[in-house]
Amino acid sequence: MFASVATFALEGVDSHEVTVEVDLRRGLPAFTVVGLPDASVREARERVRAALLNSGCEFPLKRVTANLAPAHIRKAGPSFDLALALGVLAASQQVPREELSRYAVCGELSLGGALRPVLGSLAMALGARRAGYARLVVAVEDAGEAALVDGLEVLGVPSLDRLVDLLCGRWRPSADGPDRPRASREEPEPDLADVRGQLDARRALEIAAAGGHNLLMTGAPGVGKTMLARRLPGVLPPPSFDEAVEITRVRSVAGLSPGGLAERRPFRAPHHTISPSGLIGGGATPRPGEISLAHHGVLFLDELAEFSRPSLEALRAPLEAGQVEIMRGQRTISFPADVMLVGACNDCPCGRLAPHCRCTDSDRARYARRLSAPLLDRIDILCELDAPEFSTPTAYGAVTSPPGEASEPVRARVREARERQGRRLEGTGAGCNAAMDARLSRTHLRLSPGARSVLSQAQAAGGLNGRGHDRVLRLARTIADLGASSRVEGEHVDEAFGYRLGSSARAAA
Amino acid sequence: MLGLDDEELIAAVAGAHAGEAHRFLETFDASVARRELERMGVHAACAHGSAYPVRLRDLRDPPATLFWVGSDERLASLTREPAVAVVGARRASQYGLEVGYSLGRGLGASGITVVSGMALGVDAAAHRGVLDAGGPALAVLACGPELAYPRVNRGLHGRLVGTGAVVSEHPPGQRALRWSFPARNRIMAALVELVVVVEAAEHSGSLITADLASELGRSVAAVPGRITHRGTAGSNRLLREGAMLTRGTEDVLDELFGPGARAGPDTPDPALETLGSSERSVLEQVEAGRGGPDALGLELRLSAAAVRAALGRLEAVGLVVRGALGAYERTAR
Repeated sequence: MFASVATFALEGVDSHEVTVEVDLRRGLPAFTVVGLPDASVREARERVRAALLNSGCEFPLKRVTANLAPAHIRKAGPSFDLALALGVLAASQQVPREELSRYAVCGELSLGGALRPVLGSLAMALGARRAGYARLVVAVEDAGEAALVDGLEVLGVPSLDRLVDLLCGRWRPSADGPDRPRASREEPEPDLADVRGQLDARRALEIAAAGGHNLLMTGAPGVGKTMLARRLPGVLPPPSFDEAVEITRVRSVAGLSPGGLAERRPFRAPHHTISPSGLIGGGATPRPGEISLAHHGVLFLDELAEFSRPSLEALRAPLEAGQVEIMRGQRTISFPADVMLVGACNDCPCGRLAPHCRCTDSDRARYARRLSAPLLDRIDILCELDAPEFSTPTAYGAVTSPPGEASEPVRARVREARERQGRRLEGTGAGCNAAMDARLSRTHLRLSPGARSVLSQAQAAGGLNGRGHDRVLRLARTIADLGASSRVEGEHVDEAFGYRLGSSARAAA
Repeated sequence: MLGLDDEELIAAVAGAHAGEAHRFLETFDASVARRELERMGVHAACAHGSAYPVRLRDLRDPPATLFWVGSDERLASLTREPAVAVVGARRASQYGLEVGYSLGRGLGASGITVVSGMALGVDAAAHRGVLDAGGPALAVLACGPELAYPRVNRGLHGRLVGTGAVVSEHPPGQRALRWSFPARNRIMAALVELVVVVEAAEHSGSLITADLASELGRSVAAVPGRITHRGTAGSNRLLREGAMLTRGTEDVLDELFGPGARAGPDTPDPALETLGSSERSVLEQVEAGRGGPDALGLELRLSAAAVRAALGRLEAVGLVVRGALGAYERTAR
C-alpha cells in the first residue's frame, strides 16, 4: 500500500517541493521516517499518530515507512506533519488518493488534530504555484498570507477531520475563501511633524530618501537622531505590490508576520550588541538576519561605533550586493537585503553636551576611527545634528519652535524625485541614484558648466579622488532631482560637498 | 650623562659590568664602525668635526657625536641660516594642528629651516607644512636617526630623509627611551634661534624645550590658546612669563629679522576671491566657532540647502575642513 503527498520545505526565503511517500507493509507495527529528517521531523510521528486517532481516523497497525524525497536535502521543522498524516490516511485508504494528488499541503498538527500555522507559508505558496499545483491546503491562520499568490486556490482548513471531509467530498470551506490582503493592524506611522527644528537634518533625510542614499547622523544624545531615523520609512514611497510581497515573505519566514500583506516599509533597529549572524542571518537552518528583515526598508544602527567590528564587516558584502548569501554544506542560500542604511553615533566618546564635554580632538578622532572603513565607504551623507535651539520656555514649559513640516508633502517630493530617476535609469538595472555605479554616473549625468567648474576647483584644491568624485555626483544628481532640474547645476554639487564625510573618514574609506 | 667621558661613564653606570665595558672600549675599531654607518646610509660627525653644527657647542653638554640621515647640505645650512623650532602637543586640537602646519609652511616658504621632533600632533603638522612648501626641514629624534618613531610617521620620516635631514645623538638602532626625549629637546633648543610652542599643556615636553632654549639665550615664542582649555595652559603660561606672542609666520619673521625686515611669503588665498556673499558670511561664522548648520541657517536666514551648499563649497576649495564626525573648522590658510 503506497501513497504520496506534495508539500514544501523552506530554504532561505524560497521553498522547494518535497514529496512525502508512505508505504504500509504487514509486520510488527512501527512508524519510521527516512529521507534526512532532523529530530523535529522525527517527532512528527507522535503528533501524527495522536492527531489521526483524535480526529476519528485509524492509525494502521502495520509497518509504516515514510520517505521525504528528495532524500539528500536535510528536512527540519514541524511543517511536514500534515503531509505525513495524509500520506498515512491515503495509504490506508481512508481518503481517496486521486483527490489528494490535486493538492499540495503544509501545516503542523496538534495532538488533537487541529492545524497550526507554519513559518513561511507565503514562500510555500509561491513554491506551490511554481510547481504547478492548483490548490494549497494550509492552516486558517496562514491562508490570508498564502492567498497573496495569484493563480493558486488557497484553502484554509481548521483541522485534520475537516480536511478528511473535504477530500471525501463532504465539506467545502466557505465560498469566498480566505480574506485577501487583510490590512495588518499596526500603530500609526510616526510623522515628521513631531520633529521641531533640525531643518538641516530634515533636508538630509529627504535627500537620503529621494536617492536611496545611506545616511550617518552624528550628535549628542537626545538631539533627535533616532526620532528622525524612525520617520524615514514614512517619507519613502509606499512599497509596490511586488515589494510588499517580498517584505511579507521574509517576515513570514522569520515568524514575524502579523498575517496579511505588509503595507509599510520595515524599520529595523537592532541593538549594538548583536552578533554578525544576528545581523546578516545564519544558524544551522539559516534564518534571515536584521538586514533581511529590513529588506525594502530601513536598517537603523544606533550607536554605530559600539557595534562589534565583525558585525559591521559582515554588512559590507550584503550592502554592496543587496542580498545575503549563506553557505550550508554544498548549498548557498540567499536572503534579500536591499536596505537603506541609517547610522547614528555620538560626536564624541563621552556623549555629553558641549559645556560638559572634556574630550580632546584626538579623543574624537580615535572614536571616529572605530567606525569601520568599509562601512563608511557605503555612506553618502554625513549630517551633524546640534542640540535644537530652544527659545524661551513658555508658561507650559513647552518648546516654542514651530512644529516641522509633516511627512506627507515630503513623501510627495520624494516620490516625484524617484519617478524622475526611474525614467532616467530605466533599463539600466539601477533603481535609484545611490545604486548608480561609476559607469552609469558618467553616462546618465548632465553637468552644467557651473557644476564642472566647482568640481575642477575642488580637484585643484586636492582631496577629491575618483571615487569621491562619483559619490559627490550621485548625491548631486539626487539633489537636482528634488529640485526638478534635468541638469546638475553648481549649487547641487556644492550642497553635495556639504554632506561629504570628514576628510579623515574619507581617507580611511 | 651623555656629556661624561668614557671612564666617568663606565664608573657611573656599568657597575658590575665595568670589565665588559672596558673590553668593548679596547676592541672598538672606529674604521669598522664607520663602514657600518656608511652601509646604513647614516652620516656621523663628532663634536670636533667640521660637519658638526656649531650651535650645538653652546650646550653645556653637547652630544659627543651627531648622527644623521638625509642631505649633508641641510645640516650645513643650519650653521649659516636662521632656524626655528616649531613644537607642541602630541594630543593637539584641530586648531593646534592647523597652526603648526601653517607656521611650518609659511616659514618653509620663507627659506627658514624648520626644526621639530617628528612626534605626533603639532610636530608632525609642522614638518608636513615645511615639506609641502618645499622648505628646509629638519627633525631631531630621540632614537637612532634611521628609525621612524613613532611608527605612524614613517611616511613623514621618508619625506624628511628625502628632502631634509633627520638627526640624533643616538647611534643607529638605538630605541627611544623615556629619558631620551628631554635630552633630544636640548638639541632642538640649541640648533635654532627661536622656539615656537604651538600648544602645550602644563608639564609638556615642549615646555622643557622652551626652558632649555631660554637658558641658551634663544628666543621663545608661543601661540596663544583659550584660557579655559587645559591643553594650552602651558603655552599660555609661557606668554604670561614673557614669551613672544605669535600670531603666525609674520610675527616669527619680525622677531628674527626685526619688524618688517623680511616680509612673509605673499600668498593671498585665491580661493577667497571666488566666494559669493552667503559663502563669505558662512565662513565668518565658522571662523567665529559657530559651525552648526542649523544655527548658521537661523543666524544668516539661509535655507538648510543653502547653508550646506556654502559649507560644501568652502570645504571643496579648502577654506574649511570637516572633522570625521561632522564639525567644521577654519583651515589656517
